[in-house]
Amino acid sequence: MAEAAKMQVSDEVAIQITGMNKWYGQFHVLRDINMTVMRGERIVICGPSGSGKSTLIRCINRLEEHQQGQIIVDGTELTNDLKNIDKVRSEVGMVFQHFNLFPHLTILENLTLAPIWVRKVPKKEAEETAMYFLSKVKIPEQAHKYPGQLSGGQQQRVAIARSLCMKPRIMLFDEPTSALDPEMIKEVLDTMIQLAQEGMTMLCVTHEMGFAQAVANRVIFMDQGQIVEQNAPKEFFSNPQSERTKLFLSQILGH
Amino acid sequence: MAMATDVPKDSFRLSMLVYDTRYRSYTIQIVVLLLFAMAVAWLLNNTAQNLAARGKEFNFAFLWQRAGYDIGQQLIPYTNDSTHFRALLVGLINTLVVAFWGCIFATILGVIVGVLRLSHNWLISRMMTVYVETFRNIPLLLWILLSYVILSETTPQPRDFRVTDEMAAAGEAPAASMIFFDTVAVTNRGTNVPAPLFERGLGSVDLGFVTLNLTLLAALAVVAGSFWVNHRLVAAARAQQEATGVRPATWWKSILILFGPFIALMAALGFHLEVPELKGFNFTGGILVAHSFTALLIALTLYTAAFIAEIVRAGIQAISRGQSEAAFALGLRPNRTTRLIILPQALRVIIPPLISQYLNLTKNTSLGIAVSYLDLRGTLGGISLNQTGRELECMLLMMLIYLTISLIISAAMNLYNRSVQLKAR
Ligand SMILES: Nc1ncnc2c1ncn2[C@@H]1O[C@H](COP(=O)(O)OP(=O)(O)OP(=O)(O)O)[C@@H](O)[C@H]1O
Ligand SMILES: [Mg+2]
Repeated sequence: MAEAAKMQVSDEVAIQITGMNKWYGQFHVLRDINMTVMRGERIVICGPSGSGKSTLIRCINRLEEHQQGQIIVDGTELTNDLKNIDKVRSEVGMVFQHFNLFPHLTILENLTLAPIWVRKVPKKEAEETAMYFLSKVKIPEQAHKYPGQLSGGQQQRVAIARSLCMKPRIMLFDEPTSALDPEMIKEVLDTMIQLAQEGMTMLCVTHEMGFAQAVANRVIFMDQGQIVEQNAPKEFFSNPQSERTKLFLSQILGH
Repeated sequence: MAMATDVPKDSFRLSMLVYDTRYRSYTIQIVVLLLFAMAVAWLLNNTAQNLAARGKEFNFAFLWQRAGYDIGQQLIPYTNDSTHFRALLVGLINTLVVAFWGCIFATILGVIVGVLRLSHNWLISRMMTVYVETFRNIPLLLWILLSYVILSETTPQPRDFRVTDEMAAAGEAPAASMIFFDTVAVTNRGTNVPAPLFERGLGSVDLGFVTLNLTLLAALAVVAGSFWVNHRLVAAARAQQEATGVRPATWWKSILILFGPFIALMAALGFHLEVPELKGFNFTGGILVAHSFTALLIALTLYTAAFIAEIVRAGIQAISRGQSEAAFALGLRPNRTTRLIILPQALRVIIPPLISQYLNLTKNTSLGIAVSYLDLRGTLGGISLNQTGRELECMLLMMLIYLTISLIISAAMNLYNRSVQLKAR
């Protein structure tokens, strides 16, 4: 808690979502989403399986398209305009549940690929940046290995470093620890906590409630494609408002 | 660590040959080798005895005798006065030509079908499935025969292309017309295609049993040179990108380098096409491609492409959607994602089974005998064999040649395969 207080939230808007709706064919996945994220905020999104958490954060970097409403990321509205999409994607990093490292490239090449091809950084400079972030996630000695030779926790830290190499202003995490063994979860969460302390704007889908209490300044609960409830972690856990939230919390905190 | 070497070695006992893992595999291999050698020796001995009993001996001298038969499609000079060896060469070249073009067309078609089969368009993907399943599940021989029958039975006669004065006056069209801007005529006798001609060709030199076509050689040299220069250009672009981050645009330079010199050479040599023309009741000029060749090529292409399509589909599906999503999330555009992320991974899955499809196609060319396509099987293994009665020699020689071709293809492809495989897992 004390740590969370230290982290600054500015009054600059990072992400603005208004009246957003999304369908998969006939299926209405996201219903009337309204949400504002300030720069420096750390938001944890939770909710039952199939509630649309992944879909929501994937709309923010346009891995999924929304059909109605408005999404503005860092002042850029997401439309079908390729330039806008490129701009948003180069400012928003994403970490996936299954890491999605490129298995045919070394760790170093995984980290330098996007800076070289998207940011047009000279190779040497890209490699220096990559080594800097690898040291930050505490695995610089793995630089010349291939992803398949690393443990799950190490791979996920590489994935985080890979996103950071693009110097993003916003980071999205989609259940970054749920494919990991318990002993590896901590090393990944530590990396994320460190990132939060440095003031990164973060949206994180996770069921790690310890993490939510330690770093989040807001917890959003989703069910059936809607934002049901949102609150600061302390109030959210101690005094949930809706019945659905209570049920969900009793289920995940119960075991 | 040190303990392993400190342990005194067991003294060798005979039973260890069978029960000790260190020797056991050698023992088994030696026994198998002995059995195999005995079987081969018995076969050879038996054959030699049988041949001797019939008064035949094992001898390849017949290769230098007069062949005495004609071959329709000959890409090197050959008459019925030439030797059986010359006939063998003509057949071998015919085999290689149909295999070469078959591999190229089957790859192009297979890749397209494989990709389209994954299309989100229901109709397109279903059509591709029907194509793949139809061609995979009917024997190749039937496809070859069907193509041949269609080509030779349903196509018009050359005289159907004629426009008589009365027809011209009445504004009637002839019963049949040429295709591809009036350059290609498909008749029941074959396909007439334009012939490439050079006004100032470089001629050829005779090296005993082969004649080198200098014009062709010059063209090949220019193409090879262009590729080399282009390779250097790309390498320079990569070096500049590594140094400054900005990759210079090379595509128009590449186009100039790859096509410019070739076009210049063609112009210098006075390249032009001789279009076949209807003279009287037949076409003259151009080249007459026999239906046996076309049918074989079409059937081999369609049949093998169905298998290649499946290989390509499997290769693409083997790469999880997460890979392209991760690349998109990093800001890479779809074309770069395909080139840098998807393709390198898909090729690894695709190439090994693709090698066996190339080998299959090459060996399947021997089915050309069904439509009298005189390839290696038709010359050496067909007419030469029947005329000389040297079954054993012809068969062994033919097997040796097919084996050699296959090994060369597989060696070349494996070399390529090694360059795309993972260095470490
Ligand atoms: N490509 C798709 N096509 C059709 N429906 C989809 C697609 N992707 C997701 N859905 C559906 O949308 C709903 C929301 O999916 P989403 O992945 O966002 O859920 P989630 O909250 O992330 O769940 P989980 O906790 O299991 O990851 C689910 O009911 C899912 O079945
Ligand atoms: Mg999800």
